[in-house]
Amino acid sequence: MKAGVVTFPGSNCDADVFHVLKNIFNIDTKMIWYKDKNIKGYDLIVLPGGFSYGDYLRSGAIARFAKVMDPIIDFAEKGGLVLGICNGFQILLESNLLPGAMKVNDNLKFVCKNTVLTVINNKTPFTNQCEKSAAIEMPVAHGEGNYYIDKEGLKELNENNQIILKYKNKKVNPNGSINNIAGICNKERNVFGLMPHPERCSEPLITPGKSDGYNIFSSIISFINKRGGKIAK
Amino acid sequence: MPNKPWLSEGLTEKEYEMIVDLLDRKPTTTELGIFGVMWSEHCSYKNSKLILKNLFTEGECVLQGPGENAGIIDIGDGEAISFKIESHNHPSAVEPFQGAATGVGGIIRDIFTMGARPIANLNSLRFGELNNDKVQYLFKGVVSGISSYGNSIGIPTVGGEVYFSSAYEGNPLVNVMSVGLLKKENIATATAKGEGNSVMVVGAATGRDGIKGASFASDELSEDSKEDRPAVQVGDPFMEKLLLEASLELINTNSLIGIQDMGAAGLTSSSAEMASRGNSGIEIDISKVPTREKNMTSYEIMLSESQERMLIIPKKGKEQVVKDIFNKWDLHAEVIGRVNDDGMLRIFNGEDKVAEISAKILADEAPEYRRETKLPEYIKNVNEINANDIKSEDYNNDLLDLLSSPTIASKKWVYEQYDYMVMTNTVVGPGSDAAVIRIKGKDKALALSTDSNGKYCYLNPRRGAAIAVAEAARNIVCSGGKPLAITDGLNFGNPMNPEIYWQFKNSVEGITKACKKLDTPVIGGNVSFYNESPKGAIYPTPIIGMVGLLDSLKDKTTMHFKNEGDLIYLIGKNVEELGGSEYLELKEGKVDGYVPQLDLNLEKRVQKTVREAIKENIINSAHDCSEGGVAVNLAESCFENNLGVNIKINKEISNKALLFGESQSRIIVSISKELASKLENIAVENCVPYGKIGVVEGTQFKFNNLIKLDVEEMKVKWETAIEKKL
Repeated sequence: MKAGVVTFPGSNCDADVFHVLKNIFNIDTKMIWYKDKNIKGYDLIVLPGGFSYGDYLRSGAIARFAKVMDPIIDFAEKGGLVLGICNGFQILLESNLLPGAMKVNDNLKFVCKNTVLTVINNKTPFTNQCEKSAAIEMPVAHGEGNYYIDKEGLKELNENNQIILKYKNKKVNPNGSINNIAGICNKERNVFGLMPHPERCSEPLITPGKSDGYNIFSSIISFINKRGGKIAK
Repeated sequence: MPNKPWLSEGLTEKEYEMIVDLLDRKPTTTELGIFGVMWSEHCSYKNSKLILKNLFTEGECVLQGPGENAGIIDIGDGEAISFKIESHNHPSAVEPFQGAATGVGGIIRDIFTMGARPIANLNSLRFGELNNDKVQYLFKGVVSGISSYGNSIGIPTVGGEVYFSSAYEGNPLVNVMSVGLLKKENIATATAKGEGNSVMVVGAATGRDGIKGASFASDELSEDSKEDRPAVQVGDPFMEKLLLEASLELINTNSLIGIQDMGAAGLTSSSAEMASRGNSGIEIDISKVPTREKNMTSYEIMLSESQERMLIIPKKGKEQVVKDIFNKWDLHAEVIGRVNDDGMLRIFNGEDKVAEISAKILADEAPEYRRETKLPEYIKNVNEINANDIKSEDYNNDLLDLLSSPTIASKKWVYEQYDYMVMTNTVVGPGSDAAVIRIKGKDKALALSTDSNGKYCYLNPRRGAAIAVAEAARNIVCSGGKPLAITDGLNFGNPMNPEIYWQFKNSVEGITKACKKLDTPVIGGNVSFYNESPKGAIYPTPIIGMVGLLDSLKDKTTMHFKNEGDLIYLIGKNVEELGGSEYLELKEGKVDGYVPQLDLNLEKRVQKTVREAIKENIINSAHDCSEGGVAVNLAESCFENNLGVNIKINKEISNKALLFGESQSRIIVSISKELASKLENIAVENCVPYGKIGVVEGTQFKFNNLIKLDVEEMKVKWETAIEKKL
């Protein structure tokens, strides 16, 4: 299996994801430069967290025009696995690989803390090692994580079981997202975006001391090993 | 030129005469501007240099002491740590968001200019009392500025401190510390050498922002200071992230002679200082500097403090390597001049020569002043505080009030706005005694802390400053580390006031004494004078940023109680001391009294005891006793795991001093019953007083028959206090 982590100008979690895939899971992992027009031979592409292009406009709004996005969209349309974390999730929304939009956190402040989440759907390439309805913990760190989608879109997300992760309840929802949504996938289940950072909790040593993020990566790896990387259409 | 041209450049008539004398002619407008910033306190340390020479700067671990962009220490295995603290007080007072943000940006540049990748930031903040709208505006703005810059550039903000006191009302303090990791062979220096070598400016284009910021920083704040807003720079963390990556990539190619951040006084100070360090000169054609605006004058280009720029001297023939790397990151990289061997800084605008001054005169020969000192009147009136001077009805309420006073209350509202986890090295984040940051691929880790109690330093600058060093070291030890070295951020009022200069001199002496005893040299720092508002000077506030090393991650220790049934020990001695305490100010509204004594020999032995116990892997928590006293510090250890305590201390001192006195050299530890005798043995071997003071049990906080509270109730008050004030 081979994974690629994209570096946009302003990405700052690229090295963290690289570290987890390469050193914790021993996966053949390469960095992908945002100007690259060709990406070949990957089973997984990760769009990492950070502040692409400074996020001075809407988060991810400029990154979607980076040259690398064309081959990534192509890769996704062909069923390749794409994981967008935090800023990566925002970029997936901006490039219409996932539905909905991101608003500024409802308290208008950046928030960095551990959150409790519920696994809503564990029948996906990204959560097959998680238990359904299990409460898991992952940290968030963002200023714009207030996920929004219109009524119709929400209905569709629910009907297709595209909501994968929710903050456990309104009280622990750190950003005011609609229906406490923390992570969604596309209809085909091969593109997953989430605000929490699984790469920050794949080793129990580092704060916040949990390793529930580990299961997200092991789900992906297990899926790829079983299915050879492509979702059958 | 106006009548007294030196005035608008912040120079005295005498200094102007010196300049005429040194040049043997009258300076041009651009030259006078250059002298104005280079001889400002901010750049030249003219009022502090002679005192700072006495600091303790030697040590086995020191690879680079004061004088470079930042100091460097050795942590073994071919690795080194570069760190430094810097103030951005005045910009933050007039424009809190950008002032604080560019403070973060500036110190980060100092670190990566040394060839180090910044891996952690801390910040030490001081504001007025929170019940004032202006203070709230400054507090929110500063926190949000730090958050915005640090989060975007992707360096975790892992610790620091925030104090609130009316002494800082018109003049908040924003001191930022950055810590970077590098390989020893990649140490870069800020030197210009080799005749004919190119001089390149890289990074952002130069604009009209922050012109003369260094001079602005070297003056008192007044009602008119808001007029100086153009002197505050505007930060662009995105640009700096690119600059950081490009600079580190470049340094790794071994193509450089020297590299320096353009901070205060921009192109002027970076060129003069680099040339002076290399005993060289530099010639620059400012028409080649990429600018953001048209028609900028030579004066503006030389004095602009536009952020996110560097001056680089590549090795001969390596210009293209520089250009290729910077172009890859979409950044400017232009050759703007060359190094010469006659020691002169020559500035051209195309064909016209606009300035010609010896680099040495600018960088090293600013006048040095030893200012007059005078024992401050208020110190003569400091009274001894007796427990009976403090009226108290109910210790339960006193403890709750202390826990919800903003200085002691949880800083969660602040640090949850900082990304303290990015880079995935944060083993212990904000809220414990020191932050712990792992070194990937190794078993070792760094412990980082900043400390200073302005009240202590006001009442007794020498002792207060020594306590700041001792407490920083204690925090490192409580987290499992060995204290290695410090950076000092020295914040004071107007040095022309003999009473202020006396505070400064005594503080530096206190730092020196403690550093020698604890073997923690000063490897760099920052002096910030003129911290005054119309209401007067701030408390003298020498902030100590300390770096320590954990030999192994298994030494990591936190302040939180962990197990029901663990015994609680106090290592050190309780003394009848209430002077300078938070309790005194809370109950009587007074900052008075004798600052707690500091016996550095005892301090060393207490730290050694706890360090040995941690190395033996026998204790479950360790927490330094500081502001608020034993009662507050015990409570802080209860909160994380909602565990209660039952404390029984046979007292020889008053209840108030026992609960809320702030005696030094004390550490609270918890340990399982079976191992307690081992701890006692270690304490005895080190001749350290200790006492078994209680046990971790239940969910109530019980202290003799004086206090009985639910931990949950205490925790809610402590955690929500700051938010409730806003």
